[in-house]
This record gives sequence, structure tokens and C-alpha cells, in this order.
Amino acid sequence: MMKYLDEFRDPGVATALVGRIRDAASRLDRPVKLMEICGSHTVAIFRTGIKSLLPENITLVSGPGCPVCVTAMDDMDRMIALADPAVGGKSIIATFGDMLRVPGTWTSLESRRAEGADVRVTTTPLDAVQWAREEPGRPVVFLGVGFETTSPTIAASVLRARQSGLDNFTVYPAFKLLPPALTALLEAPDVALDGFLCPGHVSVMLGAAAYRPFASRYGKPCVIAGFEPLDILHGISMLCDMLADNLHEVRNSYGRAVTQQGNTKAMETLMEVFEPCDTPWRGLGIIPGSGLSFRGEFADFDAVRRFGLSSVPVGTEPAGCACGQVLRGNMDPPQCPLFASACTPESPVGSCMVSSEGSCAAWYRYST
Amino acid sequence: MSEERILLSHGAGGRKSSELTRRIFLKYFKDPALLRLDDMALLDMPAGRLSISTDTYTVDPIFFPGGDIGSLAVHGTVNDVAMAGADPIAMSVGFIVEEGLPMSQLERIASSMARAAREAGVRIVTADTKVVTKGAADRIFINTTGFGLVPEGIHISGHLAREGDAVLLSGTVGDHGIAIASAREGIAFRTTVTSDSAPLNGLVRQLVDALGGDVHVLRDPTRGGLATVLVEIASQSGVGIRIRESDIPVRDAVKGACELLGYDPLYLANEGKLVAMVAQGASERALEIMRSHRYGSEAAIIGETVRDNPGKVVLKTAMGGRRLVDKLSGEMLPRIC
Ligand code: SF4
Repeated sequence: MMKYLDEFRDPGVATALVGRIRDAASRLDRPVKLMEICGSHTVAIFRTGIKSLLPENITLVSGPGCPVCVTAMDDMDRMIALADPAVGGKSIIATFGDMLRVPGTWTSLESRRAEGADVRVTTTPLDAVQWAREEPGRPVVFLGVGFETTSPTIAASVLRARQSGLDNFTVYPAFKLLPPALTALLEAPDVALDGFLCPGHVSVMLGAAAYRPFASRYGKPCVIAGFEPLDILHGISMLCDMLADNLHEVRNSYGRAVTQQGNTKAMETLMEVFEPCDTPWRGLGIIPGSGLSFRGEFADFDAVRRFGLSSVPVGTEPAGCACGQVLRGNMDPPQCPLFASACTPESPVGSCMVSSEGSCAAWYRYST
Repeated sequence: MSEERILLSHGAGGRKSSELTRRIFLKYFKDPALLRLDDMALLDMPAGRLSISTDTYTVDPIFFPGGDIGSLAVHGTVNDVAMAGADPIAMSVGFIVEEGLPMSQLERIASSMARAAREAGVRIVTADTKVVTKGAADRIFINTTGFGLVPEGIHISGHLAREGDAVLLSGTVGDHGIAIASAREGIAFRTTVTSDSAPLNGLVRQLVDALGGDVHVLRDPTRGGLATVLVEIASQSGVGIRIRESDIPVRDAVKGACELLGYDPLYLANEGKLVAMVAQGASERALEIMRSHRYGSEAAIIGETVRDNPGKVVLKTAMGGRRLVDKLSGEMLPRIC
């Protein structure tokens, strides 16, 4: 296995790829801005120092693909409210770990847990279904954040809960759909991007065809790439080649796992339980058709409905936090006035600083 | 026959307590100062500076591949004391035992401590045991304080790195952290990695004897790992540190486990490794000394201190990129020591 891992990191291959990127960059007579959409790419790029290897006219910016970072304040406040016995009763709150420290307007799940709320970290919603089975007398709420990679599994857990006749399992649906967000970015007047580095795992679900409009209608080349350092360099080099040759296509360097149509079965499961809806994104406002809400027949699994969460008080995004500009790729985190002064990973102001995949946290940790 | 277990009365100071002392502790801890069974140990001290360090061990599990909480407590104490260039001479031990701990486990731990202390040449001169009710502690916690003598003229501390020093690492990183993680994950996740827990005072002695004032900093990268220790030294000494990823020794099995569990070897705990910052001219000699010692055979020069970026650590990645190395924020893996 180790051989396999190290092959993805071979410095000789890296040097060759950087050379190819430089060649393409020298054929480009202008600066270009490429967006890596996904938080996993962001972390890999920073950890390997890829930015420091790129020619001056190639800039990488991080996109809105870190699920924690894009979770709206309203959703955060409502999810945290579940930890209040007056709202959530004796609920077990099941969540992915990164959500714990995200500050809501008044508190965080981590603080609530320290005060006694039963907040449990897990990597799979199936754990939460199991907890619901073990403690039939207590509500179990799974905090559903994530993109098309994660949401089908959560939809499957809802189906599983229904099959087992569980009436104490619910999901807070704060999911996001990637393509509508990219459309919104490209339609925004103040956003200037030249191409997209698309995440391999999401693309396995979505299929390469999902990116076609960005290439054909908006003229932005898209490359689907894996998460190993050499995959990323290869993806960047393919993007630069296309830009230098004035091509705008969707290309795949992630291999056979990505088909044109994606994992139709998983997407069907997702759409069996949920349907697209308009939803707010942190810093980006409401994006049409970019969220998921429960279909009518699954309404009983909707934590928002079951706990009357639409009426709990919610706050606004913290003043001065420039997450919105960062998520659009308009601003590098150090340009935010709060960066590294009021806002650090130890005491984060915005969600981009909390999530280990957030752009602000990555700049803070890794940027020289 | 049911297994004999520690009871609350074993810590109550009465007959059961003396029985425990006799049966377990005096069997293994045979230092004359301790055998007097006074309230304190009396030691003759030569003049000079003392290096003192205290620590508490709560590692979970208490037995792990390559060691146990007892040997770890001795190694950890000896190593902390030694990082001032000192010779550890004596240590105290306090046990907090949860009622119900099998007597045989306590005995195993005591005997392992005695063995570790013998190898390190440190005396266990005073000891104490408290037994707490079930749930008030998790099986056993150990507190230690170690004392060592710093040879005349030796000044070694995290504040004393100078621009142009070579940065040496005495061997592979991450072994202890992965050994603990895999012991905890159980059969679902098995590695061949064992903890590197070991006494480093012998190695320190050789370095200091041979290089004297050319050794500026010694630190053992325990909790928080290599990254955290380097960032601390950079900020204490006000220098920049540059390290090269490709020169940092990491076992393949540790790399593989890190990929699976999402850990970074730079942040994993070590219990038998040290970082040394020595004057550039002494670096090759220091490397030779480390490599010829049994606890430094995989030592490497991993970087140097520089004027740029004072207080910061910059890593040249295996791919040739540059990035900052930050301290560990939050706890990656609780109760590793
Ligand atoms: S540095 Fe903090 S406040 Fe500024 S954009 Fe990032 S998360 Fe928001």
C-alpha cells in the first residue's frame, strides 16, 4: 500500500508537472484565477505547498465546497437550539465533528455539550440510526450538512429508519447542492474566475455531465481531479493547457470512477427522500434550488418540523467577517481585517476559520 | 478462584495498605531511601543546579505495544529531566488506583517501572498510593517528579537556539501515537507499530559530554509532536526554523496508518525521541553520536534555524513546495501519555 501512496507524491513527477504548468502559463498572456471548489482540495494544496510552486500568473482560490463553511447562521442557530431542552427535549444530537466548534450567534454545540447536552460526534449517520434504535424513548437528530458526496448516505439512513419503523430519528436538512452554487458564482457580477478544479468524490456522484454548462455556457474549463498532490498538479496543468489553447471543456483526470451520468442510484435515493429547494449559504445569500428539503411523505423525519425550529430565534452573520468574499474567491483570507487578530482557529469568528477544510483556517495554518 | 483486586481499604493507610506496600511495592522498589519507609526520602546532594520535572500519566490503554503506563511514566520523567542536559538521579511516584484494578496488573506495572528505572539509572526514592472509588479514576493514573543534576557549565533550553543551528531528530516520528491509536481501535485496525517509549538520558549524556556548549536546545517531542515542539522553540528563541519533509524519518506503517486515520505524523506523540539544535559545525559529530546509540540509530539532520520568519517553522514539502507548520490546535488524540 505504501508504494501506492508514495507514487502519488513522487517529487520527480511533480517537477515535470510543474514544468508543464509553467509552459502553459507562459503561453497565456494574462493572469488567470482557478477555483478549487472543494475543501479537501484546499487542504491538500496548502499542506503540500502547491501554491508556492505555481507561476505568478496562475492563482488558486478556494471555493464554496467546504460544507461547514457554507452552513448559514440561521441553520447553525437552529441546530444549536436543539441542545436546549425547551426546544429539543432530551435529544441526542449526532453530528460530524467539524460542526462542534462553529459559533452560532450565542453559543456553539461544543459549549452546549460542556453544559450537559448529549452531542455525539460520528462519521456516519448509521450510528445515529443505531442510537435511535437503542434508546427508543429519546429523539435522535442527525445534523445533515454536506454536498452530493454525503447527502445520499443520509438519505439512505432515513430510508433505513423508516424501514425499521423508528419514529425518534430525524435529520436537520442543511444540505447543499454544488452545481447551483457554481451557477450563482458565475452569474454574480463581481466574480471573475477562469476555470474550476472539481472534486473527484463529488463528481463520482454527480457525473461529469453536471459540469457541462459551466464549460459550454460560461466558457470555463473544468477538470475533475483526485486529492493526492500529483492529481492536483495534473488537474491544474490540464486547466492551464486548455486555457492556453482557448478550449473550454470538461475533462476528467480522476479515472473511471467518474462517469458522464454519475452514480444515478445514489442520486435517485437522494431524490426519493429530498427535493431541491432555495437555501441560504453563509456569506452568499439565498441560492435558488441549491438546498434539499424533505419530500412530503418523509416530513416526519424533518427535525425542523418536528421541533418547530422555524420559530426559534436566529441571529445574523458576525460583523466584519468576510467569509462571503472568501467563499467567492474575491478575497484572500489575510485581507479580512479580522484574520489572525480577532479570528483564529482557537477562537474563530467565521465558519471558514473553524472547519479544518476552511480556507481561512488553511491560510492561517499553512501559509508562509 | 476469582481474581484478586485492589480494594478501597488498600489505600486507607491500615493493615491492607501495608500489605500492598510489602507485596507489590517493596518487592520491586528496593531503593534504600525508600525501604526506610519514612515519610520522606533523604538524599545527599552535590552542589550545582537541579533539573526538576513533574508529570502525570493517564495513558489509555494502560498496556500497549512497546510499553505500559509504568515504563512510560519512568521514561517520560527521565527524558524531561534530561532535556536540560541533566543526569536524572531520583524520582517520586504517586499512584491513583481505581478500586477493582486487578492486583496482577498493578504488579505488572510496578515491575515494569522498576525495570525501566534500572535501565535509566534513576532511583525511585519515594512512593504513595491512593485508591479511589470506581469511576473516580480510570484504572490507574501515575504522577511522578524527577530530579537530575546539571553538569557545570551546561546551559541547554528551548530559549537558546541560535541562527544557523542544525536541527537534528533522533529517529522516526509518530510511533507512540500510532501504537496507542491502534491499541485503542482494537482488531479493527492493526499495525505492527510499537511505541518508541525509551529513556534518552544516556544519549543526552553522550551528546553533552562530546559537544558541550555546542548543544543549544534539547526537547522531547511528546504531546503535540515534532511540529508543536519546533514551533515552541522557534518562538522561545526568536528564530525561524526551516525543515525538510523528505528528511524527517517516518516508518511506512506509520505513514499508512496516518492516511487511514487522518493523522499527520508531525503532530503525533513520541516517547523516545529528541530534537537537538546544535551549532552548525558540530552537526555531523552530533549525528554520528546519535546514530551509534541504540535509541538514535535512525537519527537525521532535518533542517536549520534561520533569520527569516522568526517564531515560525517553515516546511519544504516532499513535492518541493513551502508551507508553514503550526502548533497542534485542539487535541488530536486524548490520553496518549
Ligand atoms: S478570517 Fe475569520 S472573520 Fe475573516 S473571513 Fe475568515 S472566518 Fe470570517
